[in-house]
Amino acid sequence: MNANAVAKTLAACQPWTREEIAARAAGDIPEGWYVNVGIGIPVLLPNYIPPEREVIIQSENGILGMGPTPADDKINRWLINASKKYVTLVPGGSYVHHADSFAMIRGGHLDLCVLGAFQVAANGDFANWSMSDTDMPSVGGAMDLAAGAKAVWVLMEHTTKSGESRLMRRCTYPLTALGAVKRVYTNLAVLDVIGDGFAVRDMAPGLTFEALQDVTDAPLRLAN
Amino acid sequence: MIDKIVHSMAEAMAGIRDGSIVLIGGFGSIGQPNALIDGLIEQGARDLTVVANNAGVGHTGLARLMEVGRVRKIICSYPRTSDPVVFEGLYRAGRIELEVMPQGTMAERMRAAGAGIPAFYTPTSVGTKLAEGKEVREFSGRKYVLEEAFAGDVALIEAWEADRWGNLTYRSSARNFNPVMAMAAKLTVAQAQHIVELGGLDPEHVTTPGIFVDRVVHVPYGEPVVT
Repeated sequence: MNANAVAKTLAACQPWTREEIAARAAGDIPEGWYVNVGIGIPVLLPNYIPPEREVIIQSENGILGMGPTPADDKINRWLINASKKYVTLVPGGSYVHHADSFAMIRGGHLDLCVLGAFQVAANGDFANWSMSDTDMPSVGGAMDLAAGAKAVWVLMEHTTKSGESRLMRRCTYPLTALGAVKRVYTNLAVLDVIGDGFAVRDMAPGLTFEALQDVTDAPLRLAN
Repeated sequence: MIDKIVHSMAEAMAGIRDGSIVLIGGFGSIGQPNALIDGLIEQGARDLTVVANNAGVGHTGLARLMEVGRVRKIICSYPRTSDPVVFEGLYRAGRIELEVMPQGTMAERMRAAGAGIPAFYTPTSVGTKLAEGKEVREFSGRKYVLEEAFAGDVALIEAWEADRWGNLTYRSSARNFNPVMAMAAKLTVAQAQHIVELGGLDPEHVTTPGIFVDRVVHVPYGEPVVT
């Protein structure tokens, strides 16, 4: 794999945008779930929950019932999400302090957490906090979320800027959690973690299975 | 008469020593007690270990405390925020120590300290680099890491309303670490936007009861700025 091959693959199809990735994941969340959204593409997700569906969004900084981005004249300057962007509180929403927020997270009360990542491995391991021993590590709430939520989905670009696959046989960066990820949404595909590879549930328009495998380190198969 | 309200920053910061562990509330710049941090800079304590979720934003508040060279070590969950310009420079130059701690572990270690619990087992970080060297024990077939309580010498926190007993309310997501840190330090100093008469706070709304608060300073600064 290299940047040229990846560029060729991307040019031959219509990759999903960050907003489209968030919208696809949002559309797959069932009514009634409690869902945490992390930094990166996941914070866009509350903007795409279908209005007729009640999904309760949790934010690690003490918000249960987080709503979409406010209009410019409706900003509450004390109300931000995990990415430090302004958000809203939906009717029925509430605030808690950090220890209670992480009791929700660690205590198994969330149906799902949606995180960004650098890499996800075929066995569900993932890495999203440190790229080497020399960079600035930043773990945030990811290790707590991965340990405590009933399911973990990852939303990320399929490849790095230099064309390396982020869907790996094994992660090469320090792990955030072992065997935690169930599903991955990228700009190229929606994939389930199946242990020895990934099962492709959906692909970006114009993309072939072979082209997807060419830019993916981990082995793929088509989902049933 | 109990009156925890102090009328100068010098009074608010009195007795904070060099080498202290200082817990600083906030998530990014929201709920971060910038006036107290400026007071601490003025007071002059140095060689501090600071515990905060992030490692400062821009050049104000916590970033300024680091910029003027008062912080020896920072313990935080997420230094890689939008604009950690001061921290990044110090870190790259090897002039500040960093300990990264999972956010929930950080909150629970302080909660435990405030609640008289010396240590606890958590599923967070099992099998990762952040669990290296820590005791691991299995309960009902699942592995957990032993984490010890973590107390501060001083907590600097931001509240919305306060009374003279030190009862506090918070505003929206500015609550974050503030109530947890208030419990976990020997000396807790709060800045509050509004001071109300004793009895003026609805007891159903008091989030931090005054038992956890030692000093209150009235800082009606208006709206926070997300940088």
